[in-house]
Amino acid sequence: MTAFSEAQGSEPSAGGAEVLSNDAVERAVKNYIVESFLLDDGELDFDTSLIESGIIDSTGIMEIVSFIEETYGIEVDEHDLVPENFDSVSRLACYVVGNKRSNHSEAL
Amino acid sequence: MDSARRQSGKVAVIDVTGSHTFGELDRLSSRFASWLQSAGIRRGDRVVLMMENCATLVAAFFGVLKAGGVMVVVNPTTKVDKLTYVLNDCAARILFAADRLARVVVPAAASAPDLTAVVWAGGIPTGVSTSIGFEDITKASALDADVRETGLIDTDLAAIIYTSGSTGFPKGVMLTHRNVCHNALSISTYLGLARDDVVVSVLPLSFDYGLFQVLMGVRVGFTVLLERSFAYPYDVMRRIAEHRVTVLPGVPTIFSTILSMAPYDNLDLSSIRILTNTAAALPPAHIGRLMELFPQARLFSMYGLTECTRVSYLDPDRLVDKISSVGKAIPNTEVYLVDENGVPVPPGVVGELVVRGASVMRGYWGNPEETARFLREGEIQGELVLYSGDQFQTDDEGFLYFVGRTDDIFKCKGEKVSPKEIELVLYELDEVAEAAVVGVPDELDGMAIKAIVVPTGAGALDEHLVRRHCRNRLENFMVPKFIEIRDILPKTESGKIQKRSL
Repeated sequence: MTAFSEAQGSEPSAGGAEVLSNDAVERAVKNYIVESFLLDDGELDFDTSLIESGIIDSTGIMEIVSFIEETYGIEVDEHDLVPENFDSVSRLACYVVGNKRSNHSEAL
Repeated sequence: MDSARRQSGKVAVIDVTGSHTFGELDRLSSRFASWLQSAGIRRGDRVVLMMENCATLVAAFFGVLKAGGVMVVVNPTTKVDKLTYVLNDCAARILFAADRLARVVVPAAASAPDLTAVVWAGGIPTGVSTSIGFEDITKASALDADVRETGLIDTDLAAIIYTSGSTGFPKGVMLTHRNVCHNALSISTYLGLARDDVVVSVLPLSFDYGLFQVLMGVRVGFTVLLERSFAYPYDVMRRIAEHRVTVLPGVPTIFSTILSMAPYDNLDLSSIRILTNTAAALPPAHIGRLMELFPQARLFSMYGLTECTRVSYLDPDRLVDKISSVGKAIPNTEVYLVDENGVPVPPGVVGELVVRGASVMRGYWGNPEETARFLREGEIQGELVLYSGDQFQTDDEGFLYFVGRTDDIFKCKGEKVSPKEIELVLYELDEVAEAAVVGVPDELDGMAIKAIVVPTGAGALDEHLVRRHCRNRLENFMVPKFIEIRDILPKTESGKIQKRSL
């Protein structure tokens, strides 16, 4: 596993294509948010509301969008920009994994 | 809350948890007021409130007013040091906060010796000995407790609103009950707000124009849809359509975001009849596009400052021929422009805006020097008028046009930004030798914050380090959008950083 794939939270699969694991994406997204918006790791639970806890605002959301777009090579439709997809680490991970999966099946 | 009692079954506030009637907010706020009094809150005591926009925050601040206290609503993205500063500056007796903000609130409360208790909404975190739950207070009493007569008159303080100051330290704008009632009446009158309106507030209640949506709602009896932020614009627009919102108050950043996501093919936004813009002027091109997006709406271009809430508005009928103007003074307010000697200037000449009337604040809390700088004697002996620090000019018909500031404060995302406050934070980094903060024109925000830093050589200085440090020290809106690292900053002969040439 390369340092890059570790940052992405992806694991190499037998066919060479990388399959994203939900847990790994959660860790990567959490690391990014802690590193960029908070200092102390222990304070961010996977289910913490990022808006209600004052961790991010509208500018922060756009930075998270850039992060997942660049890291996972997905494109975030602006209509997807809703709390159901973005307001916690676990929701973000579900969104990334789901998006990647649907893109993958479209490509097939 | 008289209007509340007249229509107690009507929905006052809609938030993510659902609809809340005037009667419900009235009861919750009375129970909280009764508890505050039993906890020792007397007329004039300060209570700091920190929570995202929601009905609970509304019930809590009305509780403070009913108890005779002074509400100090702070932005939920405030960081530890700033919250500590505010708590100590106003010598707050009680702090009300959302449990989710414990990571900031707990350490700040520990450094505020005047605090007697922290009231938590949502649940009680560990680590603060004098904690109590808001839900326990407001649910525990089966009977509606009596709120003791407070003895308040309308010249007593209702609110302190903190705003950025040129010295780098925030200043607490003191508003009396008379200020609040007068300003709510004046604004709701010229906007023509009515009981059947539904007004959305995406502006935080720590921001005066956000707070006034709720205050006007109670006065007029309309419904307020409270949004926590504008971080999810499409989501907000969806709820605007769902709740048939009629009035959308905003600042230029909000309107440019709305425009950038248009069209809204699947949303029916035809209920919107009024758009109000404040804080800074909208670019004329955006005004045109807003009128296309909301063809049935009237757009009010407004201007104001926390020190007197609102100053002026442009009659929507004059929008076409006075598109870059912020109009004329609001009802029962007089404005004029003066030169540096305090002498009124004629139309076409730039001067400092002076505001007189019942809207003008009492002063800055605990800061007589700054109060004396901004509130000075006017034409009538003994009457204090507000020197705004804003430079304007008027045309021959008396319409106002914003020109700039007399100091280096500027507005970003609708909020006042003090370059000094951000520079002081930048200088905390060992890696920073020199720092300068300026406002730069920005398509989305009107003005965006740019920080230019010079490295000391002690450790690696990069954009990421600077941004992360700012995020941990400043409210989110104050974190620089652009960060540039340079070897040298231009200086004047006396060695002062020359910001004009940055």
